Amino acid sequence: MEDLNVVIAGAAGEGVQTVGEVLVETILGHGYAVFAWQEFESRIRGGQNSYTIRISEKPANAPVMGADILLALNDGAADKYGPLIQKDGILIAEKKIRDRMIPIAFSDIAEKELGNRIYINTMAIGALAAAIGMNPEILYKVLSQKFAKKGEPVVATNRIAAEKGYLLAREGCQGICPWSLPERDTRYRLLSGTTAIAMAAALAGCRFMAAYPMSPSTGIITFLAENEKEFGVFTEQAEDEISAVNMAIGASFAGARAMTATSGGGFALMVEAVSLAGMIETPLVIILGQRPGPATGLPTRTAQGDLLFAVHAGHGEFPKLVMAPADATDILRQIVRAFNLADRYQIPAIVLTDQFLMDALYSIEEIHPDQYVPEFHLADPAIIDDYHRYHVTETGISPRLYPGQSRHLVTADSDEHDFRGHITEDLAKTVPVMVEKRLAKHRELKTAIRPPEEVDVERAERILVGWGASRSALLEALELLEKNGNRTGMIHFTEMWPLPEYRFPEGKSYWSVENNATGQLARLLRSEYGIVFSGEIHRYDGLPLTGSYIQEKLQW
Amino acid sequence: MVKIDDYKNDVPVQWCPGCPNFGILNALKTALTALEKMPHECCLVSGIGQAAKLPHYLKCNFFNGLHGRAIPAATGIHVANPRLTTIVVTGEGDCYGEGGNHFLHALRRNPDITVVVHNNEFYALTKGQASPTTRIGEKRSLQIHGVEIAPLNMPAVAIVHDCTFVARGFAGDVDHLKTLLVEAIGHPGLSFVEVIQPCITWGTHPVSWYRERIYTLGKDYDPADRKAALEKTMETGQKIATGILFRAAPRKLFAARFRQEITDRPFAEIKPVSPQTVTHF
Ligand SMILES: Cc1ncc(C[n+]2csc(CCOP(=O)(O)OP(=O)(O)O)c2C)c(N)n1
Ligand code: SF4
Ligand SMILES: [Mg+2]
Repeated sequence: MEDLNVVIAGAAGEGVQTVGEVLVETILGHGYAVFAWQEFESRIRGGQNSYTIRISEKPANAPVMGADILLALNDGAADKYGPLIQKDGILIAEKKIRDRMIPIAFSDIAEKELGNRIYINTMAIGALAAAIGMNPEILYKVLSQKFAKKGEPVVATNRIAAEKGYLLAREGCQGICPWSLPERDTRYRLLSGTTAIAMAAALAGCRFMAAYPMSPSTGIITFLAENEKEFGVFTEQAEDEISAVNMAIGASFAGARAMTATSGGGFALMVEAVSLAGMIETPLVIILGQRPGPATGLPTRTAQGDLLFAVHAGHGEFPKLVMAPADATDILRQIVRAFNLADRYQIPAIVLTDQFLMDALYSIEEIHPDQYVPEFHLADPAIIDDYHRYHVTETGISPRLYPGQSRHLVTADSDEHDFRGHITEDLAKTVPVMVEKRLAKHRELKTAIRPPEEVDVERAERILVGWGASRSALLEALELLEKNGNRTGMIHFTEMWPLPEYRFPEGKSYWSVENNATGQLARLLRSEYGIVFSGEIHRYDGLPLTGSYIQEKLQW
Repeated sequence: MVKIDDYKNDVPVQWCPGCPNFGILNALKTALTALEKMPHECCLVSGIGQAAKLPHYLKCNFFNGLHGRAIPAATGIHVANPRLTTIVVTGEGDCYGEGGNHFLHALRRNPDITVVVHNNEFYALTKGQASPTTRIGEKRSLQIHGVEIAPLNMPAVAIVHDCTFVARGFAGDVDHLKTLLVEAIGHPGLSFVEVIQPCITWGTHPVSWYRERIYTLGKDYDPADRKAALEKTMETGQKIATGILFRAAPRKLFAARFRQEITDRPFAEIKPVSPQTVTHF
């Protein structure tokens, strides 16, 4: 089967998300993989939003711009997203406005025959089921599960609505819907970036999360609050990001694995505390969900614009870790790793994600949480005689205890301090030693960092260089380019700082590909490795990079 | 038996000789001794300022964090390890200025911590600027024409917002301050002690100026009477009341529900969730 792309478009409050979710469930019930991603305006009602579902036999977790089938829930949505419809694609909407479309009077039928406009959504899902060529029985099962709590009459009317949509669309489909989804035995599991982060944090042993609401990161603390019984993470909505991060640092000092999550603006407020965590050598994990800036920017859109901000965050010189997972599965690995490394080196760790990655739904064959093992590095108070929190060692790592754990006293001081944690102004002896001690950890940490992923680097002459969540788009670009006879390779970074020991192969033409306007990765790599880029591809319109976007930019 | 010497350490004190901050330090040490708290059972939390240096001058666990951020840090510490006696020592610049928002929200949360604010009406460490409690008209190093904006009355704010223990002490009366601290530390929920701490280096008024105006609330004063308490906090200028200004029955503690439903142990003692929990979710 060729991949099939379905776009659902409508105003906020019109049920775009509901239609998308039910459809996704139904597709999974047929044994197919989906990749779903959303783009929406920063408002609660109105505007125009879309929910894109890519259907494939094997997981194809990369975004595509383009619709084989567009469902428009209002006229404006049909106008705005109409251009996405492919040559052989179709539109499903209320009014006949083009060839190759199925007009259905959703509002009229819902109001007059079903007695309420709320059934528009279910009818529309029925219509999509017909256009895609699905087994309606599977849809009915999904719907009855979804509405079970609301009682039998609601389930029954929804079934009638779905049937109506299905039958009307099947009629309208004559000759224009070549698609079908024969049932398969495979069952995929769905995981959003947000859920992956929250579950991985719990898996890593995180016990404390404080945050201040900010898109796209709010979902993490919400998930942990909703599932407090299962995951046992204490959550608190702080009065601001400064409080959130200082609470997390306090909790971590007191022995809890702790984290916070925010976006660029909130992270800006946290930066003083990033430096604090570096100075007092307290582990901390911060999720930085990127969205386009500057300032408030585009609150609900995506970008990779905060790489250099994260790498340079914090006054003074101290070690920190910056990671940028590629997708939902990679998040599971990287989040647990971020907690482990933050704990081992007693440093702040910043995990860069973005709106696209957080809100996207990835299909996964199986997850293997047992592969991501939390490692704890607290010292054993019983084997320590005379405890000094900042005892100087070769690696720079001092044994860490928490207050109240034993008779040993545990200290933290944001002033420059001596090995006991007391304020010092001993410039001759203590200060340089403490500076070097902290920086020794940076060198140690660097040896733990993994090299970037290489794809086809040997065979290809042109290499795309990217980072974070655009990995799937880069891979898709390689495939599209290969089809056109342009073999291209990829080097992809997910561990951003410290940068690993690595040699870029010589004699290649490197192109950086980034979801920002200034090529921040390119700048970082130039300064670290001295490599030269032949060109840079930037996308900075608030939408994610896609394979075809990259391919088009590369056609010269 | 805990002795006051258990709290003694050898860190050279950076305060000016004779600073009333020493009185607060002594009162705190005696209070902790009286409460039979061992140094490792307590965690002092501070921000930045002269006052905030206090945790260095006694033996105990401490977290000397960022300017203004002692309360969030203490909140996190207390949630993560409820067995610790967590005490914030801070200046009025630290607590009402840079960290004012956190103070307000701590009143809402009601964590079981004690907040001791050294109020010297100055930013002492940064060399004598006005602070949020400097009286209108008084000159400061930066406010050379006299302060033109009104001072904050945080004890009143705390009383209005249901803080169940609000007291005012005087750094020049160590015994009385000690009894206030004993009560405050023993009180469940957020307890707030503002301490009048004349700064003898920058100060416009000598310690005697405060002594003349300060009086101790007597047996006839009922700290359960919120209206009377608010009136006391409004007595500014010529008369300054010290003692327990307001005390109410403890109310629900921050994190109480979590402690009841999930765990009341220090978080460091709890094993992470099993991989199965994640697989089957
Ligand atoms: C973010 C930040 N801003 C400013 C300062 C400088 N600073 C240090 S202490 C202080 C004021 C302290 O006043 P207060 O809390 O009343 O303490 P005092 O020195 O009077 O005891 C200021 C402004 C700082 N350390 N950090
Ligand atoms: S400057 Fe004032 S408050 Fe600071 S130590 Fe000296 S006398 Fe005390
Ligand atoms: Mg002061």
